[in-house]
This record gives sequence, structure tokens and C-alpha cells, in this order.
Amino acid sequence: MENTAVPAGAAAYLDAATAAPLHPVAREALLAALADGWADPARLYSAGRRAQQLREAAQAAFAEALSVRQDEVSLWPSGTAAAQAAVLGGLAGRARRGDTLVHSAIEHSAVLHAARRAKAHEVGVDRLGRLDLAAWDRAVSAPGVALAGLISASHEVGTVQPVAAAAACCAEAGVPLFVDAAQSVGHVDVPPGWSLLSASAHKWGGPPGVGVLVVRKGVRWISPYPQDDLYRPGVTGALDLPAVVAAAASLRAVLGEARVEAVRLSALVERVRERVAATVPDVEIAGDPVERLPHLVTFSCLYVDGEALLHALDRRGFAVSSGSSCTASTLRPSHVLEAMGVLSHGNVRVSLHRGTTEADIDRFLAVLPGIVEEIRKEAGV
Amino acid sequence: MSDARLVIDCLGKRCPIPVIALAKRIRDVEPGEVVRVLADDPAAANDIPAWCRMKAQEYLGSPAADAYDVRRLS
Repeated sequence: MENTAVPAGAAAYLDAATAAPLHPVAREALLAALADGWADPARLYSAGRRAQQLREAAQAAFAEALSVRQDEVSLWPSGTAAAQAAVLGGLAGRARRGDTLVHSAIEHSAVLHAARRAKAHEVGVDRLGRLDLAAWDRAVSAPGVALAGLISASHEVGTVQPVAAAAACCAEAGVPLFVDAAQSVGHVDVPPGWSLLSASAHKWGGPPGVGVLVVRKGVRWISPYPQDDLYRPGVTGALDLPAVVAAAASLRAVLGEARVEAVRLSALVERVRERVAATVPDVEIAGDPVERLPHLVTFSCLYVDGEALLHALDRRGFAVSSGSSCTASTLRPSHVLEAMGVLSHGNVRVSLHRGTTEADIDRFLAVLPGIVEEIRKEAGV
Repeated sequence: MSDARLVIDCLGKRCPIPVIALAKRIRDVEPGEVVRVLADDPAAANDIPAWCRMKAQEYLGSPAADAYDVRRLS
């Protein structure tokens, strides 16, 4: 029997920026590929050749979706692995030219952890989370820079970064640019001009465990990992081919509906931005109100414990994430909110997907003010 | 510690408690006077200046580790 004991209407999953629910096309392709693509694509018998065909078709679909050449695409066990391979391989490829990685202060922690393997030069952002382009230009023009890394749009506050202008600075300085496009691919176009790009399938509705790395022709990239007998760029060992096939099929499907979805979700995000500011006292809506992702919005409620807010929303059936320190394993506030200088406690990130309805958002907006008020009352505010 | 009119000790307390304490007790000093918050939660360094901006009070900086000075303006 189905459990229908959800207290405040149907549950609404609003954390697509962590993991989007599996797209129906991904589910279909995954099941088909589990039946048909289980063999090792490197083998020469018919089951292996069939797997190899699926692999090549997936690779071609990624290349087409990202408007790059097929041999520029490699597949990794996660978006994190792809981003870290981009940073470490990009640095290794330019070791003779320098040892410094220039990166924004709002990169994903996966990139920041990889950055600790190099000399890192961090470039700040303004209160809305926009890259300081003048500082970026100075940083990438300095001697000894091997690689620059810029997130396409903030995964925490949604602010879209000036990728084209940042890429122009890098081109002028002769420095390759790596763009972590995990939050953009499947939602909005990433401007050209980059040398390396990474993406993550479960952010667009593909299965978890598939990362995509693109290294443009002519960019020197040296694998930071031991190679296998096949001398292919990418992770060594067997690929999760069914997941890769599902990721490629769902990306194609998602891109087909992306423009319509971006308009629909962006209007819902606008509603959240307006209604939360109007109905919750002492709240700060973070990020650029215009140059933002269509599906993501973040706000912080003064005097509210982020963990208490997360749990109270969960009890009402809403899944959201938070950049507050009390919700982080490190017990530190989000480095993105810190870099912007916006309030970090009482923080909620709401991120939407193709299954999110207007009714979900209206229910969320109806319960939020009361929940915040209750937590503040308990804290004696 | 001589220039602060009031010291609020929130050492060992997690955010948002230091900010709540600041909001409650800043009324105990006159406009123009300074309150010092002692807090060792790493979020305080970010959230006390953010509170000052949102509530139109003046953040004076951190005179020592885990200490934050705020001037009451209104």
C-alpha cells in the first residue's frame, strides 16, 4: 500500500541543483542499455561490438549536444571527477608555462580541492556574486599562470558568470580557460571561448555517476591518472555504459525542451523572489535578479537556524538545500555566500526541474512565512 | 576592550545565536555607542557585518580574533 501520510499536500522535491529527478527518457534508455550494453566495448565478439556501438552513439550525442567534436569528449564517473580531471590535467599540460591556477572565489568545492594541488590565485565577486572582471584580467595576465577556472553560473545563488568576457581575457593572455558548466548544461547555453568544460548528468536529469569533460583540440591536457592499455583520455577501467547511454539520451531530450522549460521555471523563480521578499520579514534574496539561472533561487532569513528551517520544510514535504554552516559537514558557512558577503544563516536554496509545478511553488510560498515565524518565536526573537 | 560600551559573550554559541543576541541587546546602548560581540562560530565573521548592512547599523571591524565591533546608529 502506498504511504500517503504527507502532512501538507504532496511532497515537492526542490533540490534539482543537487540531483535532478531521472528524466523519463533516461529511465527508458537506461533499462534498454542494461539489457543491450552490458558487455565490454573493447571486445571483438558481437556483444562487445554492440556495446561499442552504443558507446560511440552516446559519445556522438554528447558532441552534438555540446557543439564539439566527438574526440574532444571524455566520460568520467561524476561531474566532480570530470571537473577535477580538467583542473589537474589542464595544469599538467601547461606545467612548462607555469604552476598557477586562477579561479573565482565561487567555484564548486570540487574545483577548490583540486586547486590546492597548485598555486591558486582567487578572484573575488561582488555582492550579487558576479566575477570581478578587472581583477580577473589582471590575474590571468600575470606571469606563471597555467590555467584559469570559472564556474558558468553559481551553483549556490544562480548568478550567471561573464564567461565570454572572462574567456576573452584568457585568450589575450594565452591562458586556457576551464568552465565548470554543471549547473548550466541542459538549462542555458554556455558561451564559446573556453578550452575545457565539464558537466554532470544528474544535474540535467540523467543518472548519477556520469561526468562529461570536453577538451578542445589544440589544448594540452595530460591525464593526472595512470593510463590503461587503450590510451584513451578518460578514467581507466570499465565505464558504466548503461548510465552513459542514459545520460546522452536524456541530454538530447532535455535540450529539446530547454528553452520552453527555462521560460516556465524562470517565471516560478521570479515568483519565489518576489513573494519571499514580500511575505518573510528580514530576508535577503541572494544573487543577480536578472543574470541568473532559470531554475535556482537562494535566500537567507535573519535570526533563523538553517538546519531547523531545512527540517521544518522537510516535515512539510519540501526538499531544499542550505549553505548555512549548521547544515554543512564542515560546520563552516558556504564559501560562496561568504565571498559575496551576504547573510549565511537561515539559508535556503530552492532549485526547480521539469516536474516542478506552479502548485508546488505556491504551496511552498504558503507555508514558508509561518515556518520562519515559528522558528524565530522559538529562538525568542 | 575599553571602547565598547557593552560586551556580549557568545563564545561557544552557534550562529544565528550571536546575531540574535546582538539584535536584542544593541538597544541597551545609546545611538553612537559601540557593542562588542565575542563569537567563535566561523559564520559570525560573515553574518555580523551582513546584519549591520540589513539593519542599517555600522560595522566597525574585528579588533581581535573572535571579536566584532558594531556601532548603534538608530
